[in-house]
Amino acid sequence: MNDVHAPTHDHDPDHDHELGFWRKYVFSVDHKVIGIQYGITALVFLFTGFCLAMLMRWQLAYPGEPLPIIGGLFSEATMPNGVMLPEFYNSLGAMHGTIMVFLGIVPLAVGAFGNYVLPLQIGAPDMAFPKLNMASYWCFLAGGIVMLCSFLAPGGAANSGWTAYPPLADIATTGQTVWLIAMVFLITSSLLGSINFIVTTIQLRAEGLTFFRMPFFVWAQLVTAFLLLLAFPPLEAAAVLQLMDRLADTSFFLPSGLVVDGQPLEVAGGGSPLLWQHLFWFLAHPEVYVLILPAMGIVAEVIANNTRKPLFGYRGMVYATLFLGFMSFMVWAHHMFLTGMGTSISAFFQATTMIISIPSVIILSNLFISLWGGSIRFSIPMLFALGFLPMFGIGGLTGLPLGLTATDIPLHDTYYVIGHFHYVVAPGTIMALFAGIYFWYPKITGRHMNKTLGHIHFWGTLVCMNGIFFPMLIQGLNGVSRRLYDGGASYEFAEPVLYLNKIMSHSSWTLGLFQFFFIVNFFMSLRTGERAEENPWQATTLDWQTPTPPPHGNFTQTPVVHHGPYEYSHPDLKQGDYLPQNLELEA
Amino acid sequence: MQIPYTVETRPDTGLHNSKLGIWLFLASEVMLFGALFSSYILLRINSPDWPAGHEVLNVPIAAFNTVVLISSSITVLLAWGAVKFNEFKKFRLYLGLTILLAFVFMIAKAYEYNAKFSHGLYPSTDNFLGIYFTLTGLHGLHVVGGLVVMIYFWGPGSGMFHSEPKHFADRIEVAGIYWHFVDLVWIFLFPVLYLL
Repeated sequence: MNDVHAPTHDHDPDHDHELGFWRKYVFSVDHKVIGIQYGITALVFLFTGFCLAMLMRWQLAYPGEPLPIIGGLFSEATMPNGVMLPEFYNSLGAMHGTIMVFLGIVPLAVGAFGNYVLPLQIGAPDMAFPKLNMASYWCFLAGGIVMLCSFLAPGGAANSGWTAYPPLADIATTGQTVWLIAMVFLITSSLLGSINFIVTTIQLRAEGLTFFRMPFFVWAQLVTAFLLLLAFPPLEAAAVLQLMDRLADTSFFLPSGLVVDGQPLEVAGGGSPLLWQHLFWFLAHPEVYVLILPAMGIVAEVIANNTRKPLFGYRGMVYATLFLGFMSFMVWAHHMFLTGMGTSISAFFQATTMIISIPSVIILSNLFISLWGGSIRFSIPMLFALGFLPMFGIGGLTGLPLGLTATDIPLHDTYYVIGHFHYVVAPGTIMALFAGIYFWYPKITGRHMNKTLGHIHFWGTLVCMNGIFFPMLIQGLNGVSRRLYDGGASYEFAEPVLYLNKIMSHSSWTLGLFQFFFIVNFFMSLRTGERAEENPWQATTLDWQTPTPPPHGNFTQTPVVHHGPYEYSHPDLKQGDYLPQNLELEA
Repeated sequence: MQIPYTVETRPDTGLHNSKLGIWLFLASEVMLFGALFSSYILLRINSPDWPAGHEVLNVPIAAFNTVVLISSSITVLLAWGAVKFNEFKKFRLYLGLTILLAFVFMIAKAYEYNAKFSHGLYPSTDNFLGIYFTLTGLHGLHVVGGLVVMIYFWGPGSGMFHSEPKHFADRIEVAGIYWHFVDLVWIFLFPVLYLL
């Protein structure tokens, strides 16, 4: 719907000062404020999800032992005497995945960075639909709160995994219903957001900013928005069907003759559990690219800026991204090789999966080659971006054996899978998101973040993340299942790799400690950080050609774009080594 | 601060923002209903005893509702035309008719649901009725959503007709595009559920 009210009177420069506190900082329609709201909320959720994982890691390293100090804070229904119950462990697992993916990374990568940076980079005064943008944030927040409240439901939060596979999820405790309702909120939020991003990018580009002059970050966000727009509705359909199963006693996902606790389940039957998996993974595979594309966008910006040279193969990267977005809709069933859907279907999805690895490799290789011959500035954002490259490389390469049916069969549902996708998302995407935070922090706040704390944060994070996730690959190759409540302690074959559980757990808690350097840095730099001028990194894109922090309406004069996004170290430059997009080359 | 291309069209894309927005929204709606129709197909081919729609459901009422909804698509178009020709009374008449037809549709639907319930036919009875109630229920929610928007433009939102006629015409057009989509979904639902 057309929600934008266009004022007929001319712009009043004092207009934004008339807004009260609530309209300016809480119920704001300004894309920058909404971006910051998304960012802060997502960081809180990211830490919450991480805390759930750290709790699980206690049970995995010391199965059945009471959790010291904080163990007594939990209720009898979750951790009596500090010992974790299996049901609570399952809840933690399901909620860790859900919170990290839907409430942490996507809102941070798309909601926060997309909202704040994208309109600035294309020279727009705001998003195309500011009120929809606000609605999108508030839907997200409502979904997040409902999701967290599900811990209070009888029987605890959702405990059927973040994938909510039926028939288990259909007969699970009330928490699953709350999970589904929260998901409907989150899907609505991302739908509103994605429409807004696409319309903004297509309609509000500054004069002269043709599609192939857009920074790679904008391309990445545009393709991501299309994935969100088209992939989420099937999950919404699936959520509606599962809600019907749970609330109206339909049996869309319940096969005939199901027996639960020795009793035949009294439903009509005739449904198909595989149907859910198809609908779910039709969303969740494009979702993987929703998690990774904005991260690649951020890394591309940081690398071009800090190597002081144009990205290698910018056009190739754009085409690869478009192809990646298209192909991501055709690989979903490689998550389902072991469901018995048939060898010919498996062969098809194995082939598409191998094909989709090509554009990913193109993008990553181009980012690597972009480093070649650059005079690299090892700033904090650049360190994180450089960390991203090999980490995402490991994540991508470990995925290949999972995409081939023959090797997927022994590896399926082992810790190898956990190690693989965490390498993509944690040391991959999260490192890129940290790069983005350190990179744009000076623009958003007008102050730099502290470098020493940044170095400690970077090295601590890099080492600890590998300490957590690399042993998972080893355990998985030894056949340790991902779903064991005791981390494999009761299985003889897991004995040789059991010691790794303690290494992983201690790494995860150390990683938690290192995050405090970031949190302290984040808040302290607001007051004491070194002041940043308009363009502290000498960057070329339009987001840096505004006052710091950008005012309401973003630009002091309407920008006109004259050339591509990465004019660094151009031989014709008379002074300096960069040429902003809105300036012409002096003849 | 003014957002560009809210009313006027951008020269190189030939669109104003809300028109692009509604088409994108409808693209996602196609994926939503597409997923549900696919689920219908999968459930049906897996089922040994899928009933024929016309044996369970009331075809004459659904046929009547099809006519009602197609008529409302025509009246919403006439309402948009009336805004374009700056005829306020005609606009109120045609949009009012559209709203009335939407209500007729919902009342007929409610009667149909009620008749099913009184015969002990619930979503839980079998997967055919389950998917029937899910699909028509979701479609009904879309009708309600359209009703809310059109009642707003007919009543409290109609002041814009005089203050910003171009912008108002765009709003009616966008609402009309959405309404056509709701109509189109029903045109798929009717044969799939009632006739096949």
